[in-house]
Amino acid sequence: MEVIYVRPERCMGCRSCEMGCMVQHSKAKSLAGAILGGERPRKRLFVEDADGSRMPVLCRHCEDAPCIKACISGCLYKDEKGFVRRHKEKCIGCWSCVMLCPFGVITADPENHIAVKCDRCHKLDVPACVASCPTKALVLRDVEQIPAEKRRRLALSETTGREVA
Amino acid sequence: MEKSIDKATLGMIAKSGRQKIPLVWDRYERQKPQCGFGEAGLCCRHCMQGPCRIDPFGEGPQEGVCGATADTMVARGLARAVAAGTASHGGHAKHMARTLLMSAEGRAPDYPVRDEAKLRAVAERSGINTGSRSTRKIAADLAKKALDEFSEKDSPLAWAATTVTGGRVRTFLKHGVVPTGIDSVVSEMMHRTTYGVDADPVNLLLGTIKCALADYAGCHMATDLADILFGTPQPALTRANLGVIRKDAVNIAVHGHNPLLSDMIAQAASDEDLVNKAREAGAPGGINVVGICCTGNEVMMRRKIPLATSSVSQETAILTGALDAMVVDYQCIMPSLAGIAECFHTKLITTMPIARIPKASHIEFNEEKAGMQARQIISEGISAFRQRDPKKIDIPGVTAPALAGFSAEAIISALAVVNGEDPLKPLIDSIAAGNVYGVCLFAGCNTVKVAQDFNYIEMVKRLAKKNVLVLATGCASGAFARHGFMSPEATNQYAGDGLKTVLTAIGEAAGLNGPLPPVLHMGSCVDNTRAADVAVAIANKLGVDLDRLPVAASAPEPVTEKAVAIGTWAVAAGLPTHLGIVPPVIGSKTVTGVLTKTARDLFGGYFIVEPDPLKAADALLETMAERRKGLGLSA
Repeated sequence: MEVIYVRPERCMGCRSCEMGCMVQHSKAKSLAGAILGGERPRKRLFVEDADGSRMPVLCRHCEDAPCIKACISGCLYKDEKGFVRRHKEKCIGCWSCVMLCPFGVITADPENHIAVKCDRCHKLDVPACVASCPTKALVLRDVEQIPAEKRRRLALSETTGREVA
Repeated sequence: MEKSIDKATLGMIAKSGRQKIPLVWDRYERQKPQCGFGEAGLCCRHCMQGPCRIDPFGEGPQEGVCGATADTMVARGLARAVAAGTASHGGHAKHMARTLLMSAEGRAPDYPVRDEAKLRAVAERSGINTGSRSTRKIAADLAKKALDEFSEKDSPLAWAATTVTGGRVRTFLKHGVVPTGIDSVVSEMMHRTTYGVDADPVNLLLGTIKCALADYAGCHMATDLADILFGTPQPALTRANLGVIRKDAVNIAVHGHNPLLSDMIAQAASDEDLVNKAREAGAPGGINVVGICCTGNEVMMRRKIPLATSSVSQETAILTGALDAMVVDYQCIMPSLAGIAECFHTKLITTMPIARIPKASHIEFNEEKAGMQARQIISEGISAFRQRDPKKIDIPGVTAPALAGFSAEAIISALAVVNGEDPLKPLIDSIAAGNVYGVCLFAGCNTVKVAQDFNYIEMVKRLAKKNVLVLATGCASGAFARHGFMSPEATNQYAGDGLKTVLTAIGEAAGLNGPLPPVLHMGSCVDNTRAADVAVAIANKLGVDLDRLPVAASAPEPVTEKAVAIGTWAVAAGLPTHLGIVPPVIGSKTVTGVLTKTARDLFGGYFIVEPDPLKAADALLETMAERRKGLGLSA
């Protein structure tokens, strides 16, 4: 299963991922179109500043998702690809998911009175945030490859002293 | 997206792919995704509390650290772009003025005054006494007058105030946008846009227009002085596209903008000793100078030097493997050339102290010994020729005939053949009758963001069919020349019946044995005021101001800050001005609104942003219809 892997050491804090996310969640699907059309799409991921270090924080689409458990109206559900998504019309704005999300990436949209969260750009092969990142701080990785890579890197550095990026 | 619609360029792009030599299009791919904040004009680095960005969708920050809003940020960014463009044209013009002064003082023997009539005309227009005074004295006075235009004066810039209609002068005075110094207004814009100065977007935009009018003055001066030193262009038939590079000759490309260098190279190329040296080196064809970008236009229209290619495709000239030297001055010269030249035998030679490129050879240009240096540069090319690798040679056999060099003077004298007493009358009558529906000036660059030339060619086909007379400068000229739109045949193929009749009548009368081309080559990108001069003459003759004429401007593939400055003065001059690329201003509703709407109430001109070339052509036709109706003509 592919997940969005975050490499904070590469993040320049440019917020291109946020911009890409907003454009993808606009009706126009283009920056100029969305701005000129007066749209106000909301971002689903957040570049956070932590004492000068930057890191994009985004929905992990948890297997046992606390937000789904917290949702009392049947709005949040897991789709066939494993992405945690919304039946928008069912959201009652109780904000339970906002309070329960351990990553803080579900937000309350004060204009439309519904919870907003990442839908993993389920119609796209590559999510907009990943496609927008100029330094590849956000990449798509197979979840099983991540520990395998880490083990390989550990083994290499332990045996040869070589650090592998 | 296609990278180009030019067959020669496409051939070289394919070669670059095979040889794994990255070109501008590859670097563009590597830059993607480009930053959305920058694209919208919503980032600011003017102080060290930044960089700041504003969220265009309202959720994130709506002010920079200092409190600058989106409107302030966007207006400041545009102001600085126009200031940079003005500084570039101003620098070019100042270089000309200094050389004219040196020429007048006898310190630059290689730069005699070649067009005395123009010298006298410009001097008289500028209030300099000519009478029976010597050429040298007039030239010295004019050069000093020109140099005085750069610092702050008590009076408006002469090169702006004396070259536009009375109506424009009154409009500029009314809105407080009259510049009094070219360098001083650039400096003022830098001051206004620094930390904590001008935050009012409308005030900033009016300042930007003032700066753009200084750009107009700088451009006009550069053109006037170039004509005085090198001759006013007259139509000359030559060829365009990479096929002008010859296997049997030492090929020297001149690239950049100022004729001070390129004209010297073009002259030196016929030096018998050098031609013999080239033959001895194994080039039976001798020395072949070719042009790239705007200095290419300068020598194309004055010395029939063929045009190899234009700005975005500049690297492809080296890819032919047969370019022995590329000599450059300033503006639009990609630093990447040095790396590409290293893959071949081509010698890249920089010449200007303000424009050096790591790994290029540098021969510092000195006006006092320009002729000698031109010969030295050609000798470098001949030495490089000996290093050519025949296996790497691959010259696309693509060229098109191009009639270049329609200065305002040349257009008037062509019309004078039809009506000697009143040269403008045939053109005005044609406009009134609808045989010339309107006039559109195409200016600007080629951009990596549009398939090279696509917008130009789509638009010209539509406009020519609708009897619009097309004028072109800069790399717009290059695009039309490479695609054959500057040949009489193109008139028969593309022009509407009315336009065909007019162009044929003038062409036959002028002894061309055929029509004028549907696109008239008016020069390099600094030469846009040549088109303005024609429009001003028509307006004065009709007794109406520029903002009522069925005249429009278009930069369908713009790149540079210079293009932003030109576009801005075109709007101030009263012209509907099309841009084929969305400029970095859309982050501000106020700025976007002023540029596309309010400007019209103030100046008559306004920007039309339309990436689709056919829709853009229709939008321009609509403005012409509206203005024709305003003049009581058929629409």
